[in-house]
Amino acid sequence: MKIAVCLKQVIKRDSTLRVDDARTWVRDADAEFEMNEPDAYALEEALRLKEQHGGEVIVVSAGPARVQTVLREGLARGADRALHVESDALAQADAFAIAGALAAAIGPEQVDLVLTGLQSDDQGFAQVGVVLAEKLGIAHATIIMEVKVEGGALRVKRELEGGWFQWVGLPLPALLTIQSGINTLRYATLKGIMAAKKKEIRRVDAPAGVAPRQKIVSLYFPEKTKQTRMITGSPADAARELVRVLREDARVF
Amino acid sequence: MILVIAEQKDGQVNRASWEAIVAAQQTAEPVVVVVAGQGSAAAAADLAAAQVTEVVAIDGPGLAQYTADGFTAAYAQVVAERQPAHVFIAHTYQTRDFAPKLAARLDRSILTDCTAVKAGTPLTFVRPMFQAKLAADVAIEGPAPHFVTFQIGSFKVDELAKGSAPAPVVAVSAAVDIVRQQPDAPFREARQAVDLTQAERIVSVGRGIKAPENIPLAKELADALQAELAASRPICDAGWLPMERQVGSSGQTVAPKLYLALGISGAIQHVVGMKGARTIVAINKDAEAPIFELADYGIAGDIFEVVPQVIAALKA
Repeated sequence: MKIAVCLKQVIKRDSTLRVDDARTWVRDADAEFEMNEPDAYALEEALRLKEQHGGEVIVVSAGPARVQTVLREGLARGADRALHVESDALAQADAFAIAGALAAAIGPEQVDLVLTGLQSDDQGFAQVGVVLAEKLGIAHATIIMEVKVEGGALRVKRELEGGWFQWVGLPLPALLTIQSGINTLRYATLKGIMAAKKKEIRRVDAPAGVAPRQKIVSLYFPEKTKQTRMITGSPADAARELVRVLREDARVF
Repeated sequence: MILVIAEQKDGQVNRASWEAIVAAQQTAEPVVVVVAGQGSAAAAADLAAAQVTEVVAIDGPGLAQYTADGFTAAYAQVVAERQPAHVFIAHTYQTRDFAPKLAARLDRSILTDCTAVKAGTPLTFVRPMFQAKLAADVAIEGPAPHFVTFQIGSFKVDELAKGSAPAPVVAVSAAVDIVRQQPDAPFREARQAVDLTQAERIVSVGRGIKAPENIPLAKELADALQAELAASRPICDAGWLPMERQVGSSGQTVAPKLYLALGISGAIQHVVGMKGARTIVAINKDAEAPIFELADYGIAGDIFEVVPQVIAALKA
């Protein structure tokens, strides 16, 4: 089975964020980046499917030169090769632009399966996978917690809300958006890291003339809607005060 | 005109769809509601109570059960016919499954997970960014209709304007040709042994707990408070606590008297499961964590220093 996995590079989760001077994006020139966590689960699922059924895993990312770091990491974890749609404009693009760029790279590869994370940790649109499936003209299913390949088709377990699930059958080729926690992540071994250095990252041209469809007018820290009382002092003092307010003011026990 | 796509199951309208109607009503544009699938006639009759100009119920072969292909084809037909300026939808799991496809099919822009509408021409929409640490005002460009989905809980159902008489209901039969997804009936996993929904007090742990060896510290605090122990999704994904103790959109929705969040950042997937708690306490070393937006009491500090002191204070 030939599988493409879309990896997004995002600003590290625990980073302290600062808004840029234009107030439309964060200052990311000196930020630390990492692989979008849901995408890491998608990659792991692809590697497991390859182990069971054979084939090839191609990691794909759209963004500036720096996203090669996550592609290299994907290769170190076991992907066979990588595609990079390089464009600085894609760093903060909307989901349609990113899906269009990914489609340009994945379309000619004629893959059997495309996996993405269910959403990204930065913009969190939860759109790219589904839009990409439409652009590639293939069937899709979202928020997947289990994947089975049976007789040239898929059976996947979709997560619904409130503890409900549903098995869905769909033909190949197909695209799945993968829910975090579907599997246990592996990390790159030293051998994997060494092997990755020899693997190919091929550059693909970004599609021309894609006009942005959405514009961030203003980016800001949200206003507080609730009056929060921050309790300060040493850990011991803060703890005593917290227990006092919970007993006497909030009366929760 | 704003077209609201409502979601129904067995004729019952999803609560979040009423919120999307409220969002549409508050723009002062005329509102048309559309609902699809088996049971759409019953749902449409209920939806007609809202102050809207029309309710469209779509049914037909291929729409008995929800599928992304079937519902996309059905809604694409109605959107193309009605030519709304905006299409509003609640940001449910079902919406995430079909709405981006629908917008892509029609080559129109879609903005997801919005929490508010700002008046003006054009309308701008507020949405969380970077795990809700930041918020953005976003304008949508390109030709109409513009698709917008709203985070659950962003609008209040009790602000729904009701009509003096039921709105007209139109039944439409959709032509759905190819449906590639073959869904089985939805099911629940084995009965949950832990019912967090009934807990009066909950101590909940997030990524800040760092390692499974630290879970007993949270358990000790829970015991001292006579509270249930719960967690955010990453903790259950990692297997440090069982899935049945997960609070959030994919776990349980709780409303205890006390919700004490330890090392939880406050991502929306978690917040939707606990924001109904009466008193929320957050202890987190990141003073900018979004959980503090929601907390009644907060301590910006290291849980490994603060929690033992809280346990000691409770026992004192």
